[in-house]
Amino acid sequence: MSVTPEDIEKVALLARLSISESELPEVTERFSKVLDLVDELNTINTDGVVPMSNPHDMTQRLRADTVTSHNSREALMASAPAQDSGYFLVPKVID
Amino acid sequence: MADSDVVNASVSELHRMLSARAISSEELVNTYLGQIEAENESLNAVITLCSEQALTDAREADQMLSRGEGNPLTGIPLLHKDIFCTQGVRTTCGSHMLETFEPAYDATVVARLKAAGTITLGKCNMDEFAMGSSNETSFFGAVKNPWDLNCVPGGSSGGSAAALAAGFAPLVTGTDTGGSIRQPASLCGITGLKPTYGRVSRLGIIAFASSLDQAGPMGRSAEDCAHMLTAMSGIDAGDSTSADRAVPDFAAALSGEIDGLRIGIPREYFNDALNPEVRARIMAALSLLEKAGARLIDIDLPHTHYAIATYYVIAPAEASANLARYDGVRFGHRCDAPIDLEDLYLRSRSEGFGEEVQRRILVGTYALSSGFYDAYFNKAQQVRRIIAEDFHRAFETVDVIAGPSAPNVAFQCGTKQQDPVAMYMEDIYTLAVNLAGLPGLSAPAGLINGMPVGLQLIGKAFDEATILNTAHRLQQDTDWHTIRPNFGAFQS
Repeated sequence: MSVTPEDIEKVALLARLSISESELPEVTERFSKVLDLVDELNTINTDGVVPMSNPHDMTQRLRADTVTSHNSREALMASAPAQDSGYFLVPKVID
Repeated sequence: MADSDVVNASVSELHRMLSARAISSEELVNTYLGQIEAENESLNAVITLCSEQALTDAREADQMLSRGEGNPLTGIPLLHKDIFCTQGVRTTCGSHMLETFEPAYDATVVARLKAAGTITLGKCNMDEFAMGSSNETSFFGAVKNPWDLNCVPGGSSGGSAAALAAGFAPLVTGTDTGGSIRQPASLCGITGLKPTYGRVSRLGIIAFASSLDQAGPMGRSAEDCAHMLTAMSGIDAGDSTSADRAVPDFAAALSGEIDGLRIGIPREYFNDALNPEVRARIMAALSLLEKAGARLIDIDLPHTHYAIATYYVIAPAEASANLARYDGVRFGHRCDAPIDLEDLYLRSRSEGFGEEVQRRILVGTYALSSGFYDAYFNKAQQVRRIIAEDFHRAFETVDVIAGPSAPNVAFQCGTKQQDPVAMYMEDIYTLAVNLAGLPGLSAPAGLINGMPVGLQLIGKAFDEATILNTAHRLQQDTDWHTIRPNFGAFQS
């Protein structure tokens, strides 16, 4: 199944990626190639097969609910591209 | 001691020299840093150096060694793939998105190797976010192969593989989501091992596809990798998918004895995609193992063909979720003067990510989107189980599965960049191993026109010991792992 430039624009918005008009035809073409490749999956019968999300079918291991790490807010905030008084800065969201 | 003697030495030999005080860790570090400074420009394998810290750490290791303390890795230098978080040392993942990112903590792998006494020399170039098979997608430029500077080193751990092959360090770390340790190990003529999923903690490894990612050792021999794997492995409270399994001393378990070992040869791995000369090298390696007492048994892995399609749904889907965290707010690249939140997300991500990363995010988002989830993601996870069951069935009658690591030797730079699907075919023999969560290694199997070939050995879950021992036996009977490229300190 191939996709249209409109499909790509829709997926790009979902993924929060912007694709320029000039790039769109090439992105669409290369995306379609990958999709043609993965469409092979439709040729195999998987009726009744349980999907595998972990190769050892491991389930989530829980740990004791105890404090294990120190407050490293300052060290982590140091990576923020824009901050003020311990808050992340973003463009105005509410008018 | 000549530089070439030092850079040729195995980890065990270096340990003996360090213990006997024939050389100091500081001298070792200086030798390797000297190699990197002199030769890295033509390879672009190393993108960050930690020279001062390395020398400080080396002097500390020397003090331990002079007190007769330490273990097999004390004072041994290494390089980390730039996907491992290193506290206070820039960790880029090969991306503009993380060009200036300095993590607040060490990855568990980094912390464990440090605790074992290794000295971090610096960080290696890689395909952006580990997405690539040629190390051409890095924001920091392509890495070249020391065997031929016109050829790629493989990817995504291409910087690590090229650095090791060039004599920049005796050990390097890599990660492998679909072949990213084994394929570059093959193309650069070194030994590299992807452990069983869960064997090594993923805490602090920048996430690509969380159900496939594993970190592993890359070295000059199976024995060197075994030393490193022992130090890296084990359960970690910080990674709930790390396995609660005892970690053997992998190096001590190397007997070289393979009498009666049953090696499965999958017919599907010797298909038309395989370069006939590579096939001949692999068959020659297998017949040596047969002479050493192994039994070669033809087997079938009938769904091998579907591994590529399955992988290129599951890996991009998991990546699209993992890479959603790069939003220009908390860390990573942020665009200039965003007009609103939407603009901040869109421009920060489009500017920060390269072409291949964006393509995979798009494919993954598509596969997970409403209306396509069942047809793509769910279907791929079902086929994943069918592929894993092929292996489980095969391992009822064999102990190890062997075949090529890659269909070809290293290809020329720039030849596959325009066609993503042609690039994906590079990993045709490695992807299924990640889907099934099994351990796999690549070991040198000779040269074709001066370019290395890799033999892949696949083991049962948590049985890294048997594939390491099989490679070790091959390395006792051949000198393939000791052949060096005509580069840098090895230049004749």
